[in-house]
Amino acid sequence: MKRPLFLAPQTYRQRRLRDAARILPVLAAFLLILPMLWGDEASDIRQTGSDGIYLFVVWFLLIVSAALLARRLSSEPDGVDAASPKDKK
Amino acid sequence: MGLHVLLIEDEPNIAEAIRFILSRDGFSVSTYGDGQDAVAQVVSLRPDILILDVMLPGQSGYDILGQLRQRAGFADLPVLMLTAKGQGRDRETAARVGADMFMTKPFSNAEILAAVRSLGRGLTLRGAE
Amino acid sequence: MPFNLLVVAALAYVISLFCVAFVVERRAEIGAAGWLRSPLVYTLSLSVYCTAWTFYGAVGYAARSGLEFLTIYLGPTIVFVGWWWVLRKLVRIGRQHRVTSIADLISSRYGKSNLLGVIVTVMCVMAATPYIALQLQSVTLSFGVFASATTDGWAKPNGDVTSIWVTAGLAVFTILFGTRNLDANEQHTGVVTAIAVEAVVKLVALVAVGCFVVWGIADGPRDILARIDASEMANWHMKPSRWTGLIFLSAAAVICLPRMFQVLVVENSDERHLATASWAFPLYVMIMSLFVVPIAVVGLELMPEGANPDLFVLTLPLAQGQGGLAMLAFLGGFSSATSMVIVASIALATMVSNHIVMPFWLSLRPAKAVPGDVRRLILLSRRLSIGAILALGYAYYKVSGGSEALASIGLISFVGVAQILPAMLGGLFWRGATRVGAVLGLCFGFAIWGYTLFLPSFGAEAALSAQVMTEGPFGITWLRPQALFGVTGMDPLIHALFWSITLNTLIFCAGSLVSFPSPVERVQGAAFVNAFDAEPGGGQGWTAQGEAGAEDLLVMAQRILGDDEALGFFEAQAVMQGKVGYLPDPTAGFIEQLERRLAGAVGAATAHAMISQIVGRTAVSVEDLMAVANEAAQIMEYSAKLEEQQDALTRSARQLRDANDKLTQLSVQKDAFLSQISHELRTPMTSIRAFSEILTEGDLPPELVTKYGLVIHQETKRLTRLLDDLLDLSVLESGTVQLNLDLSSLRSMIDAALQSASHTRPERSFVIHRDLPGEEVFLRTDSDRLTQVFINLISNARKYCDSDAPELRISVRRKGGRVTVDFIDNGSGIPKDKQSLIFEKFARLTDQTKAGGAGLGLAICREVMANLGGTISYLPGQWGGAFRVTLPLRLEKPKA
Repeated sequence: MKRPLFLAPQTYRQRRLRDAARILPVLAAFLLILPMLWGDEASDIRQTGSDGIYLFVVWFLLIVSAALLARRLSSEPDGVDAASPKDKK
Repeated sequence: MGLHVLLIEDEPNIAEAIRFILSRDGFSVSTYGDGQDAVAQVVSLRPDILILDVMLPGQSGYDILGQLRQRAGFADLPVLMLTAKGQGRDRETAARVGADMFMTKPFSNAEILAAVRSLGRGLTLRGAE
Repeated sequence: MPFNLLVVAALAYVISLFCVAFVVERRAEIGAAGWLRSPLVYTLSLSVYCTAWTFYGAVGYAARSGLEFLTIYLGPTIVFVGWWWVLRKLVRIGRQHRVTSIADLISSRYGKSNLLGVIVTVMCVMAATPYIALQLQSVTLSFGVFASATTDGWAKPNGDVTSIWVTAGLAVFTILFGTRNLDANEQHTGVVTAIAVEAVVKLVALVAVGCFVVWGIADGPRDILARIDASEMANWHMKPSRWTGLIFLSAAAVICLPRMFQVLVVENSDERHLATASWAFPLYVMIMSLFVVPIAVVGLELMPEGANPDLFVLTLPLAQGQGGLAMLAFLGGFSSATSMVIVASIALATMVSNHIVMPFWLSLRPAKAVPGDVRRLILLSRRLSIGAILALGYAYYKVSGGSEALASIGLISFVGVAQILPAMLGGLFWRGATRVGAVLGLCFGFAIWGYTLFLPSFGAEAALSAQVMTEGPFGITWLRPQALFGVTGMDPLIHALFWSITLNTLIFCAGSLVSFPSPVERVQGAAFVNAFDAEPGGGQGWTAQGEAGAEDLLVMAQRILGDDEALGFFEAQAVMQGKVGYLPDPTAGFIEQLERRLAGAVGAATAHAMISQIVGRTAVSVEDLMAVANEAAQIMEYSAKLEEQQDALTRSARQLRDANDKLTQLSVQKDAFLSQISHELRTPMTSIRAFSEILTEGDLPPELVTKYGLVIHQETKRLTRLLDDLLDLSVLESGTVQLNLDLSSLRSMIDAALQSASHTRPERSFVIHRDLPGEEVFLRTDSDRLTQVFINLISNARKYCDSDAPELRISVRRKGGRVTVDFIDNGSGIPKDKQSLIFEKFARLTDQTKAGGAGLGLAICREVMANLGGTISYLPGQWGGAFRVTLPLRLEKPKA
């Protein structure tokens, strides 16, 4: 089975949408672990107020992006090459 | 004392008719209505003449005759076969398994009487030799 | 607030949940589930993740460790926004393979190994026990809060009594709704909806308390921020190892917890719901945690020194004189605890019953057939398991004393179930993962968890002596439970998590690399890893076993799925194969479908074992090996289309072959028919001719004349009857029959039929079982014709039922606009090879003529039923000979 070299724009969009869905958790993990790198080297004391605001803002943004992605992903036709485990091979 | 005829026939009315016709002519007739142990019945009664229906419950007349002819002392027993199917094939099958005569139902009383008489005559001739 | 009012409120709440669940089950039964199966309900049901620990404990956690409590929600958030990776595959596989639990998933993936099922089940039960204890504790504590605040003389309730009542109540509710029926896909719509209602209650309750704190006590968000900065919680310690470790832990737990797996995968009714849940569930937990810090801060500020921060959600409104709000908060906490316990015990009971009780029971009965009512047995074993699991939770609560901070117990459970993660993810993404690796990894991880975390959790000197804790077993210091291999600088929880997961994963990988998987494992592995490639997804192929006994399979399936469902399934499969009737050929495809269907009820390993008992093959066939050899997925994919076409061809070829066989048979029958007709006509004629000749000869005694005349009369009647039947049949067959439609009761028709059939072999006494209420149906049909059919069936039973104590069961059922009447006797029935012939003309099963009729009865019945818009068929797999008559309630008069 030969894969086509170039794809129609719509199919191309869908592929990148799935890529985005795969990248989102990585981004989420990065943003949520980021606060560890703040503050002094020596102490692990943090400000509850500002950390809390940062975490909730990140959280909310993640939910919004997940909602947008989920809408676009579930409106696409199911079936035809819905899977792409072979991308990894 | 007439010859002993054993009639194996499952239709009671037909059996009654044949019994009536033959006894009136001096034969002693016993009847039996099941195919299953018909062979044992023939062996124990040792009739002079056997009249055998083809379509019997339990075992067909052909099978009974086939088994009977295998047994010692029954290879020469005169046998008249009766059938209601009446196809050419049946006559051939009857001849193959060793029936001496074959008759299709319905028959006239005279026909069956003549047939049994001729089988009986064969016996007396044989006995005279 | 009076304590008795509280008890009444809690009871009323439980009863209303009960009603919700009941109504929903009812609606689902009649197929009107509709919005109940919406993504909203699915998302809300996922909230069983938020237990009483979350509801009460998070505030206490925040008061002690600042923002660290957020990790418990951030992990699941990452998993859900990353649904495209893991969850989507998990749900797809769960649906494809009709997975019933997480133990079933693991066992199915690694070659339907029941050993793995048992290991995972034991692990889950052990890990869930403290967690269930935690819920019982929180409910008991919250009752206590109200009791201590009473002023009207109510005695403080005894904590022991409360917890016993709570445990028993939960057991009853769970058994009532979790095990009402044995569903083919193991889904509990009613329970899930009740859980969704509870999710709303706990969210509303926590948000209400939060709003009261932020806008009622404090002066809005700005003031809250100022209070945070001023409080002792202004600063918190972020330990990087705990922060990342706990995020990882909660991410693992959200897919490995048996209750989460139950709502996420097993109860999923539509894969698309997952897309909504991917953002809605994180939103839910975010709202749940939004007010935790404000409540903690205000609680620390206002409540007296030493007040338990775990109960601020309740005590804060109470202290402020907000009885109603406190009551709402109480119900919220109650919801969190009950929903967790219900779902967890259903999930665990399914696992215990499918992987421990059923295999054990099967091994006790090596017999080929599956005797008895398996459905009842399964339900009973589930009910007992639920009781046992709750009893275990209660025992743990009593033993542990129930005083520890809520959060730590929850985290111990999380680490326990997280041990399943390597085997699960490995199974989903790595085809090289093997059963040996999974078993070793799970056992090691679990042992380390027990040694470093679970046993020490009972407290000093309880399970492990203080000496072992400080100096290691036998004085080996690098085996100290909380400092394995000399790693001392770690928090005990993170230490246990780190070592158990690391060693678990390493040993799992090493074991997989070294061992060689069995063919079944390789086929299952390919089916799981490539779940999105091929729809049917492999599975272990069964080879066609010829006469392997579709009837045996049917009997077994009936015992597990129920009569209607099993017959329906077999009939549909037979139609797909292009056959008529209830018995499809036991082809590989059919048996595999059946196995999946059964797996939905009893789990993959058990279903496999049951089918193996009947099909009689546990070894692996050449086909399996070929499937493994053909690992190249591309080739499979390419050939899938060809296979499809080939299937269609095979199907039409088989239809042609069947038609041809039938034609050949018909032509043979035509000859037989002529020969039969000749026989049937000649036999009475012989008697008539013989006796009429005898009579014409005269000189007979008068009594013989009468007797022989009577014989002639009888035989002519017999001839007439034969000719009538033949004419009747030809009229019916040509479809020109005149029907007299009227409205009459089925009961009166059966009465009439029994009456006239009693003349057949009157010497036999038959026991007739009837369903009189069921027979009270009025049918618009040709009652004479229908009665004729009934007479025929009943007389047949009288004639041919070979039992010494003959019985006949007549049962009636209505389904839609049709009525089904079954006539089942207790004789030996009709042999399978004859079943397709009995409705043909002159098809007497033996050559016996003693039965009297000419073998036209069933042929006439079939034609009558066709004219009445119904069918008559032989029903295989019953105890004896069984015929099913189906006809419409209202027959419309055909247009002339």
